[in-house]
Amino acid sequence: MIGSFPKLLSATVITLKLLSLSLFFGLFIGLFFAILRMNKNLIINKFAYGYSYVFRGTPLLVQIFIIYFGLGQIEYLRSTFLWVILKEPYWCAIIAFALNTGAYTSEILRSAFQTIKPGLIEAGKSLGIPNKVIFYKIQIPIAIKQSLPAYGNEIILMLKGTSLASTVTLMDLTGVAKYIISTTFKPIEVFIVAGGIYLFMTFCVHNLIKFLEKKYGFQT
Amino acid sequence: MELLAFGKTGWGDELFYATLMTLAVSITAMLIGFFFALIFTPLKLSKHKSLNLIGNFYTTVIRGVPELLVIYLFFFGGSGAIMFVASIFGYYEYIEINAFITGSFAIGIISGAYSTEVFRGAIQSIDKGQFEASKVLGIKKHIQFYKIILPQMLRLAIPNLSNVWQITLKDTSLISVTGLVEIMRQSYIAAGSTRDPLFFYSFAAVLYLLLTYLSMKLINKLEIKYSRGF
Repeated sequence: MIGSFPKLLSATVITLKLLSLSLFFGLFIGLFFAILRMNKNLIINKFAYGYSYVFRGTPLLVQIFIIYFGLGQIEYLRSTFLWVILKEPYWCAIIAFALNTGAYTSEILRSAFQTIKPGLIEAGKSLGIPNKVIFYKIQIPIAIKQSLPAYGNEIILMLKGTSLASTVTLMDLTGVAKYIISTTFKPIEVFIVAGGIYLFMTFCVHNLIKFLEKKYGFQT
Repeated sequence: MELLAFGKTGWGDELFYATLMTLAVSITAMLIGFFFALIFTPLKLSKHKSLNLIGNFYTTVIRGVPELLVIYLFFFGGSGAIMFVASIFGYYEYIEINAFITGSFAIGIISGAYSTEVFRGAIQSIDKGQFEASKVLGIKKHIQFYKIILPQMLRLAIPNLSNVWQITLKDTSLISVTGLVEIMRQSYIAAGSTRDPLFFYSFAAVLYLLLTYLSMKLINKLEIKYSRGF
């Protein structure tokens, strides 16, 4: 049990890398689609809705498999530079995670944008602030504050989601845990150690969000 | 399209049965989850510190650990645990548990943690006056629960339970790692033998979308039924 601890800890680094990269890309994807959702053009709006509907309505496992196993089948893709990325399970997992968390993030941000009181935007307009500045300086900061609790949940869901990287041969925390279980046949001990590491990470995320909420949250 | 034909040439019938299997596992897991919620919700609401701790431990651990890890624990540890219990009673033969049972149990425990949170929230948001009024009227505890608390609680819980159902339905895809032939596993087999993973995994995604879409429609109807008069 103690012998497996260093192995699991080094695997945690991969889990954290997967998590941070997919959250980073996911945030941009989410913001992009949240903005599209607020577009008045019906086709753009429906497109953004369809994106989030499909990615939220299907299991993450299917998404990873489509990207990792499925996309390699398209001959055309194999000849482009994209293949350099798509042949690596690491980047396939990150693409799948980023698209998945992007869908959830876009919903979180959209509802955050919608709760902004129209008065704030109107006040900005009447002060003669350009639309762009209103968006970057008023709407985005408020939306980020509003969406902090929900986004915290999303980070924890994504942390658990990274465990699926082990299904495409990546040796993340769950992958290594499974390997150790299947070689030592000590499922309970390994579960306690690996589960403990995951719980510790969730605990950290939870407290970080709580701290951020306290620091930047609204006193309404 | 011939890939999806029913019969020996296509994968249509296999995928159809796999979809039924996914539904069966999801429903079983959801019911097992309700059973767990029935045990742990009172613990979480209890005034005793130690009982409270047990309830919180369950929901925190299960919701903080990846589903896949829980499934591996049950898959690799399940038969060992049962054999250990059996050995106490003097039975030393190898016992293998069915993948369906292990799978739905693992998913059920996960779904139970989410259901517990939903029920706890719903009960806590019922007006305290309702409990007090029924007490004053001399209504027995279990009748109070079935006739007064439960109907009000369901109205509040159904929207959130529909989320739990969606999570459970999607989590069942993870059982494919244990070899149970549900949508994901069947697509994996089909993709392997036809070398057409893009088509079969996309089709699996469509099947899941269909399941979530149809169940949402059904739950919406339930929601309307239970929120009559509001």
